[in-house]
Amino acid sequence: MDPIKLRYAKTHEWASIEGNICTVGLTKFAVDLLTDVIYIDMPDVGDPALKGDSFGEIESVKAVSDIYSPVEGEIIEINDKLVSDPSMISKDPYGKGWLVKIKMSGKQNLDHLMTHAAYEKQIASESH
Amino acid sequence: MALQTALHSWHSSNGARMVDFGGWDMPVQYSTIVDEHNAVRSDSGIFDIGHMGRLKVHGPDATSFLQMICTNNSANLKPGQVRYNLVCNEKGTILDDILVYKHGNDFLLVVNASNRLKIVSWLLNNIRSLNVQIEDQTLSTSMIAVQGPNAISLAKQIISDDPSKLGYYFSFDSKTMNVPSLLSRTGYTGEDGIEIILPKGEEVRVWEKLVAIGCKPCGLGCRDTLRLEAGMPLYGHEIDENTNPLEAGLGWAVKLDKGEFIGREALVKEKNTPSGRTRVGLELPGKRIPRELYPITKNGIALGKVTSGTFSPTFNKPIAMAYVPANLSAVGTDLDIDIRGKTEPCKVVPLPFYKRKTT
Repeated sequence: MDPIKLRYAKTHEWASIEGNICTVGLTKFAVDLLTDVIYIDMPDVGDPALKGDSFGEIESVKAVSDIYSPVEGEIIEINDKLVSDPSMISKDPYGKGWLVKIKMSGKQNLDHLMTHAAYEKQIASESH
Repeated sequence: MALQTALHSWHSSNGARMVDFGGWDMPVQYSTIVDEHNAVRSDSGIFDIGHMGRLKVHGPDATSFLQMICTNNSANLKPGQVRYNLVCNEKGTILDDILVYKHGNDFLLVVNASNRLKIVSWLLNNIRSLNVQIEDQTLSTSMIAVQGPNAISLAKQIISDDPSKLGYYFSFDSKTMNVPSLLSRTGYTGEDGIEIILPKGEEVRVWEKLVAIGCKPCGLGCRDTLRLEAGMPLYGHEIDENTNPLEAGLGWAVKLDKGEFIGREALVKEKNTPSGRTRVGLELPGKRIPRELYPITKNGIALGKVTSGTFSPTFNKPIAMAYVPANLSAVGTDLDIDIRGKTEPCKVVPLPFYKRKTT
């Protein structure tokens, strides 16, 4: 994925939307903050994804964080390879480290998701 | 405004992530916690521990003063010997856990950063008619820990006297890069190593030299995972003013027969009628990590709480310390931990989790 073309949630998830399918991952900024990712707790395929609600957890040595759904819909695929090798999310957060695919329900307002430029601005203010 | 050690700008300009710890702005990690942890277990790492309080206690009554303040025996310390102690209040609960160094006719107390001011005023308030002086040397000195199986042989290169001659928990005065310093074979990682106290202003030179000869800069993040594996308590987690040394498993540092000391009466009572809870080590077969304050349960009934938990880089599994009822503390006991609403099984295992091989 090209980070420039992705949309971003305040809570550091990225969303790649093609048609009605939204692929979700965590940004490099978030993953770098976590470091030492040990375990990713994924939802089940078929689970509902509610906008702004947690659908999973990411455990690092230091802390655990919720992962929030950027859109409304249904989980249709999870990245099994990431479950068996969570370090993939640190190595390739925008590629092999993707988390889930969500089938979006109907037409949705995506105004809450930031552009790359707006997200860069947010993390610049967070890292100070 | 958080306090800064003399190495603060070195940390910031060398990629450390800084956090507040006990009122000090300290490095939590430079690379990753696991990376730094493994360096200490397999090779050597250095820690800036300038935030630890360093208090000189001297005067003709220094020994009897410390006998009154601390739970362990300071009267029979050999020259240079270092001993783990607890400072308790009258209730027998813990104000701090400290190291007492016998240094000539004086003593040096190394106390937790977060407790330094509390302990200084506790000491001053308890001098009474004794002829004792307290000197807080924390801000005029620096302290660096070199830890790991290769720590001694690396540190030896910059110390005038051979640190491998030091017994475990002994100290001597020597020179580090020609600067007079106090060196002790102590640490908080479960590894062999040395801790160096030197005058402020000399630490950056020494630190950079140690890095250059192969010691990995390590932050407080791995200091925590290392001490947890070594089963060592951390003040504010395993021990605090609501915990007594006996339930904390630190009875070995309490000498009830050494004579009067603050908290003794309460601890004698505690010994005769124990609180009924005790500190244990727990191990989990899963991957989810128990964190501080998560409830320990059995058959859905809450029994105690996790005091520290992490993912053990050495054993590649989650571990924790917790307080549980004494009758459920035997090694092998099956318990549960409520990890954010989901119950995970765990088992009581012996402390420490990690013990280094001694040669």
